[in-house]
Amino acid sequence: MAKVFIYPATSLMLSDLVARYGHEPLGSALSVREHIQAGGFDSPPLQITPEDPKVGLHWAAVEVPSGVRGRMALYGPLIESAEAAIIIQEADFAFGCMGCARTNELLIFLLKQKGIPVLDLDYPKTKDEGVSFVAAIKSFLTDLGGEDA
Amino acid sequence: MTKPVRIAQLTCGAEYSGIQAEIDQAARSVDAEVFYPDLSLQDLRKSFDSFGLNVKSPDLKLAIARAEALVAGTVDADAVFIGSCFRCAEAAIVRTELRRYIHMNSTLPVVSYSFTERTTSGTLLTRMEALTTIARRRALLAREEQTGITLGVDSGSSTTKCIVMKDDEIIGTGWEPTTEVLKSADLVVENALSEAGLARDDIEAIGTTGYGRFLIGKHLNADLIQEELTVNSKGAVYLAETQRGPSTVIDIGGMDNKAISVMDGIPGTFTMGGICAGASGRFLEMTAKRLGIDITELGPLAMKGMSDDVPMNSYCIVFGTQSLVNALAAGSTPEDVAAAACHSVAEQVFEQQLQEVDIREPVIMVGGTSLIDGLVRAMGDLLQTEIVVPHHSQYIGATGAALLASGYIDQKTE
Repeated sequence: MAKVFIYPATSLMLSDLVARYGHEPLGSALSVREHIQAGGFDSPPLQITPEDPKVGLHWAAVEVPSGVRGRMALYGPLIESAEAAIIIQEADFAFGCMGCARTNELLIFLLKQKGIPVLDLDYPKTKDEGVSFVAAIKSFLTDLGGEDA
Repeated sequence: MTKPVRIAQLTCGAEYSGIQAEIDQAARSVDAEVFYPDLSLQDLRKSFDSFGLNVKSPDLKLAIARAEALVAGTVDADAVFIGSCFRCAEAAIVRTELRRYIHMNSTLPVVSYSFTERTTSGTLLTRMEALTTIARRRALLAREEQTGITLGVDSGSSTTKCIVMKDDEIIGTGWEPTTEVLKSADLVVENALSEAGLARDDIEAIGTTGYGRFLIGKHLNADLIQEELTVNSKGAVYLAETQRGPSTVIDIGGMDNKAISVMDGIPGTFTMGGICAGASGRFLEMTAKRLGIDITELGPLAMKGMSDDVPMNSYCIVFGTQSLVNALAAGSTPEDVAAAACHSVAEQVFEQQLQEVDIREPVIMVGGTSLIDGLVRAMGDLLQTEIVVPHHSQYIGATGAALLASGYIDQKTE
């Protein structure tokens, strides 16, 4: 079983596919859940506090906007533990934690820098593309050594 | 109980910068509520395409679609707060275009702000207060004449000012450096009343503004306690006799600056604050001190100098002072240094703040710094326009407060 970072990190479909083929999906739902379940209500709905952008400094320079660093506080630990990644380019609108284009560029860069197996796909626009898309993901996940669900 | 003012929030990054709670708190403290305009994905695609700004960030696309919904009237709001991360170039473009778009296509008051993770509710309070005032008190802001005997106190970060007005005329003034807020206020009130030949009991209504407005408002039992953005714009157009039509008010203060785009005496868009004190009246005070002159002498001195001969254009008050010291050490004349300091402040206000509002003539400069001729000249050169400095321009907040407070006399009588 491998820890697979999914991009867009909010993708339920990718999360489901990764889990189906016996791997652990690393998406923003994990870190968002931690923030929602943490005590207190500093900054609803996510309870991200001014401390989080400081945590994000570990992955993004001080010059970058605070929103990028706050998001990196969510993603950074996930990227660090990732053993593989699936990146879908030009996915449909994804707001919130995936709402910053600059953060997304940094995320993809960091994933590719890490030297882990990365599957880089375009978002499917037709039925045929959709079939090949799922097949490519299945093949990638199978090669990682997981078990079929 | 009055209905809370509904402020539409168009932001990118606020939650992830950890300051959403600060925005909420600032709104709550002025009896307002912030909300995200709701729309469907279908509306979003349509709205974004028609706006025509092809940004990459989905959250900015969402902000654009929400702005279009506000202009189209499919979402009800009383005011709009536009915010995005400081340092983001893409968001800076969107912020400006949205602010302009809403201002030009609706009557909603708009404020835009670029935040960091250190932004606090206190920083946002004056802006939220101004938004709610414009939304809630349009009738009061439409007041064009002062009636009865009223008193206005402006407790600023550097100085405290007082104005006594009677039947649309200023009859008493008071001006002191702000030390202990209440003591300074008592002193200026005493001086203004003495000049007017009146006693406290003669005053029919009191208005307060500025940083210390709440404290002195309570102390003086004021009828009106109002932030300086609306009060200053009202005071400025009143004194400049431009109450009808468009105008732009620039107030370079001791601690922060205000640039307000006004229509018929009511602020439409405004910006407050700066990057650093290098763009404030404080830098000019430090320049005067370093030159060994009184601040009142800085303006005339600057008028005799040439700013081009001294390189001084720093965003920071410390580096700005360093430029000043270097220039003097290299043999520059005090006249040239004074002119350069004025040009530097004007240029930074122009670069950082005036881009955030639509400059519409006449441009009115107010506040203590408007008495520094060199600064007014530099701003006029940059904007390529004749700047209006009305009489009593240094008392603008106090005058606005005295003018607006007179609206409460009738209420008391009733």
